[in-house]
Amino acid sequence: MSRSITMGQYLPGNSFIHLLNPRIKVLSLLLVLFLLFSIQTYTGLISLFLVVLILIAVARVPFRYFLRGLRPILYIALFALVIYFFFTRGGVVLLRVGIITVESEGVREGLFVVTRLITLVLFSLLLTLTTTPLSLTYGMGYFLKPLRYIGLPTEEVAMIMAISLRFIPTLMEESQRLMRAQIARGADFETGSIFRRAKSLVPLIVPLFVSAFRRADELALAMEARGYRLGAIRTRMYEDTIAPRDWMVLAITLALIAVTFTIGL
Amino acid sequence: MVKQSEIMIEARALAYDYSGEEEPSSPALSGVNLTVHRGEYLTLIGPNGSGKTTLLKLLNALLTPSDGEVIVEGISTVDEERTPQIHKICGMIFQNPDNQLVATTVEEDIAFGLENLALPSVEIRRRVVDVAGLLGLNHLLQKPPHMLSGGEKQRVAIAGVLAMQPGCILMDEPTAMLDPAGRNDVIETVRMLNRDQGISVVHVTHFPEEAVYADRVVVLDQGRMVRQGPPAEVFNDLQLLHSLGLRGTTAVELAAMLREDGFALQPQLLHCRELVESLCSLELKS
Repeated sequence: MSRSITMGQYLPGNSFIHLLNPRIKVLSLLLVLFLLFSIQTYTGLISLFLVVLILIAVARVPFRYFLRGLRPILYIALFALVIYFFFTRGGVVLLRVGIITVESEGVREGLFVVTRLITLVLFSLLLTLTTTPLSLTYGMGYFLKPLRYIGLPTEEVAMIMAISLRFIPTLMEESQRLMRAQIARGADFETGSIFRRAKSLVPLIVPLFVSAFRRADELALAMEARGYRLGAIRTRMYEDTIAPRDWMVLAITLALIAVTFTIGL
Repeated sequence: MVKQSEIMIEARALAYDYSGEEEPSSPALSGVNLTVHRGEYLTLIGPNGSGKTTLLKLLNALLTPSDGEVIVEGISTVDEERTPQIHKICGMIFQNPDNQLVATTVEEDIAFGLENLALPSVEIRRRVVDVAGLLGLNHLLQKPPHMLSGGEKQRVAIAGVLAMQPGCILMDEPTAMLDPAGRNDVIETVRMLNRDQGISVVHVTHFPEEAVYADRVVVLDQGRMVRQGPPAEVFNDLQLLHSLGLRGTTAVELAAMLREDGFALQPQLLHCRELVESLCSLELKS
């Protein structure tokens, strides 16, 4: 359990996609999302959908991980489909049952929106499945850097994110230990209504918080002892280099946008 | 063995009280004079609340003394400008291995202190590889900390300190939360560093069996230094140890009981082997 948590969604690998610079990946994703919402035609959308399928193949990440990632949006997608099918008017009547009618324009738009949603999620999953949470943090932190000029401590926020990622599994282990200790004393986390179960978690949360604060205290001391100072200049073990392949990916993304806008997809 | 003349850390008339706490009880530390020489292995023992941890934190400027002073390689810990230097000279290992690893992989954790020193990336990677090789952590470099055993975590923490090329390692009960195998690994590692690299060690411990490896043992009680000397001397002063709720090594305790029963054993036994030898020579005589 704790293992799957640490990795976040990341699946280790060394495909072309895995090796891309995280900053470029984040930037490309933002550009692709922009593109996705600019595209108005099925031709454009299906092309982009094919692009993501090709990229998934290149990344050599088993498709079931993407399916698993799509599961949470299943209901949103179904809901959207229903709304579009039943309430959008226009085109030919495809189905009429009592007061419910489904018209072709509704089907067209509904499928368009859902395909766009799925493509969007697939692109995002491609990023999170091929990038370690830490590089993802640094990648996103890079684009937040300008906020430093208005006084936001972006480096420190990146450090906070990294430490959180480091401590999630530790706290998971701890909560499991606490849970077992409580079960050994007769606590019941499994039965009863959802409120009952939620309430039974309270005796877990208090000690978990207390220990998290104690950990934070000790960690701060340990960091200080190892020379960490707020606002001091730090270097990184791995320099963040942008390789030719990164420029290539960025160029291709921009080219896609240019093509979309010139021929009006 | 490195010659132990040069002074590494010097504490003079050191006092500390945690002011602001509810009860104005006795100060955590008072009137402590302590010198740590280069290459020396020192253990600090004493009952709970005797000020061991406080003393350790004062030695590397995590705390600044209420009175007296601490000089680390000529730098006073009061000099806030230079505390980064002191942190670099005196690395610290804490009791809980979980709460001192910062990064998500072992190698990044070893690099943490070096990143704080703002060293060039190439140099950081070189030192991480060197240190990992020295401590036998190569196979763990890519692992996240929570997948390591307690002993491994503690050795990673030592590696992180060692990468900063310290003159002294301060350890606050580094083995208290480990299993016997992990405990052994950590102690062996530290002894190796002390022996081969001439790094001074100040080791706070509850285990007499660990304390005997020291060149010198310091006993603290209620914030005062009550005794210091070579382990063979301090650990044979059972009267003092027992009055503080401490104990000697198994060999010392056993020897004391045997002496009560009239066995004329050698004085100042420390290790089991010495006890066995002493017993055997008795039999040969009789």
